[in-house]
Amino acid sequence: MSDTTKSFEGWIAPRQPPSGTVGAVGWMRENLFSSIGNSIMTIIGLALIVYTVPGIIDWAFLSADYTGESRKDCTSDGACWALVAVRWKQLFYGFYSTSPGGGSLWRPNLAFIGLLIAVVPLLFDNVPYRRYLLLFSLVYPVLAWWLLSGGFFGLDEVSTHKWGGLLLTMVIGVVGIALSLPIGIVLALGRRSDMPAIRMLCVIFIEFIRGVPLITLLFMASNMLPLFFPEGIDLDKLVRALVVVVAFSSAYMAEVVRGGLQAIPKGQYEAADAMGLSFWKSMFLIILPQALKIVIPGIVNSFIGLFKDTTLVLVIGLFDILGMAKAAVTHADWIGLAREAYIFVGVVYFVFCFSMSRYSIWLEEKLDTGHKR
Amino acid sequence: MAKAAAKKAPSRAKKTGNGAAKPAAKKPDLSASEGVAIQCIGMNKWYGDFHVLRDINLTVNKGERIVICGPSGSGKSTLIRCMNRLEEHQEGQIIVDSIELSNDIKKIDEVRREVGMVFQHFNLFPHLTIMENCTLAPIWVRKMPKAEAQDVAMSFLERVKIPEQANKYPGQLSGGQQQRVAIARSLCMNPRIMLFDEPTSALDPEMIKEVLEVMVDLAQTGMTMLCVTHEMGFARQVANRVIFMDEGQIIEQNEPGEFFDNPQSDRTKLFLSQILH
Ligand SMILES: Nc1ncnc2c1ncn2[C@@H]1O[C@H](COP(=O)(O)OP(=O)(O)OP(=O)(O)O)[C@@H](O)[C@H]1O
Ligand SMILES: [Mg+2]
Repeated sequence: MSDTTKSFEGWIAPRQPPSGTVGAVGWMRENLFSSIGNSIMTIIGLALIVYTVPGIIDWAFLSADYTGESRKDCTSDGACWALVAVRWKQLFYGFYSTSPGGGSLWRPNLAFIGLLIAVVPLLFDNVPYRRYLLLFSLVYPVLAWWLLSGGFFGLDEVSTHKWGGLLLTMVIGVVGIALSLPIGIVLALGRRSDMPAIRMLCVIFIEFIRGVPLITLLFMASNMLPLFFPEGIDLDKLVRALVVVVAFSSAYMAEVVRGGLQAIPKGQYEAADAMGLSFWKSMFLIILPQALKIVIPGIVNSFIGLFKDTTLVLVIGLFDILGMAKAAVTHADWIGLAREAYIFVGVVYFVFCFSMSRYSIWLEEKLDTGHKR
Repeated sequence: MAKAAAKKAPSRAKKTGNGAAKPAAKKPDLSASEGVAIQCIGMNKWYGDFHVLRDINLTVNKGERIVICGPSGSGKSTLIRCMNRLEEHQEGQIIVDSIELSNDIKKIDEVRREVGMVFQHFNLFPHLTIMENCTLAPIWVRKMPKAEAQDVAMSFLERVKIPEQANKYPGQLSGGQQQRVAIARSLCMNPRIMLFDEPTSALDPEMIKEVLEVMVDLAQTGMTMLCVTHEMGFARQVANRVIFMDEGQIIEQNEPGEFFDNPQSDRTKLFLSQILH
């Protein structure tokens, strides 16, 4: 809180420090060499950096191969990024565009651009025309589903078993994130309800889901669910995975939100009640805005966990970006290039997860109203 | 939350002994209660086995200003919290503004719209600005247009002498300023009755004065006020009646001059000697 640069009206910034402690030398003296122990740690750290970083840069960039048909074309002793250059379509889209039954890649691309447009007004409240953009966010799920799976209004149907790679990761991640928060909130409120039946139902759901690993749930969904449905009804594999992922992350989200609800002092509920606000109004206007703000780190933590857990759909035969990378390095042309494949996938995951983490920090600072509990 | 607590509270079987010995609660004559703001008739409340309020009979007339005092744990807060149903009573009747409080949520909300409450710890909403704190209930409960609600809020913020803080957050205000905002926030609902639960006891001495000034000012407008406080100067200045409670009972009530200078019961004398030194 103390180094928050963002400020609101009337906030008085802390005074600048005396001049002797500023500047590069001052900074180094204060942060790197403030004591003998710290000086030793600084030197060891520097040595480690000098020892490892040049080698990594050389392997990854300077003596890397960027083009080629197969690993045989990678002649230097650096990384073989030709793998990514050749297999990018599978890594990003799976078998979406392979015929028969494939679709053109502009469809997922457009869906991705649409996602960005739909998400921006949700994340930032000062974008121009936010009202209209929010309407777009509302219809976006339908639009995206139509773009990706087609089947009507002039778009050819692309069966979901052809979806894969980053596209699949994104579909599961975004659906999971978008649904787990509202469902989690409802479950958290239900768990605190006065009505025993509702409370029991929520507790049983949350505790059952939390007590069983995600992999087990996915296996159950793929092998056991069909037993409960009459012969002939074939539930889409992706839909099954989505249901499981959403249920799983909602249960965790419910507990995160419940933690926030419990942190709100009783006086807030009483003040809301004393004004004559109804239960739902006091929840949405008073309690939830504060409770959710407190648990932003926990919520984003769940989102990041969920995004990375999507890769477990591998066990029911859906190939996300990691699945595709694994498939690539077992191919005869690229065998043995596990390092390149996994580093690439790691970087992609990192970009998404790190963005979420930065956003959460930014949001916390933005919502800070100087209230100390 | 209070609704939740109210529902969970034990539905007590009629107590024999204490309660039954008294005459059964008389039916109040609602038509005759023209000038009556609040009426408690044979009211009893328990927390589990603990009998917090014992046979409370109290009539508050419109425009009357009542100060309630008594030792800690005597049930003062509980009594005024029963009057807007933040707490549920188990026996007897409470009639506020001709509406009898029962489990009927509609009636409860009706009463709460007409009764403002100021808490010891202010309970402002920290995520909203001062202005938003003041306009929230008028907009969402009274369905007032936003611009009008803001005008009303501004006029009350001026009355409590902090219009310039309207766009700040509660966390940026001093305790005294926060409590004045809390009073303005209640007044924005245009209540007929105001309840205060030790509004100054969480404040530093120099801030107590500014809050009391606002309350004196409010008293002069003819507002019906029920105030739990140990500010005896305030009681002498504005109260029509001082009520002394101990162990869940109303021990003594009188107009302030008599009450302070000529207390009747020993318990009152002891209490007064302790707080007046
Ligand atoms: N929710 C509760 N459950 C059980 N007992 C309670 C509860 N709330 C209050 N009490 C008890 O009821 C009694 C009266 O409480 P109350 O808060 O009304 O006292 P008070 O007169 O306002 O005291 P103070 O001056 O300290 O505020 C106290 O003994 C208290 O311990
Ligand atoms: Mg009290």
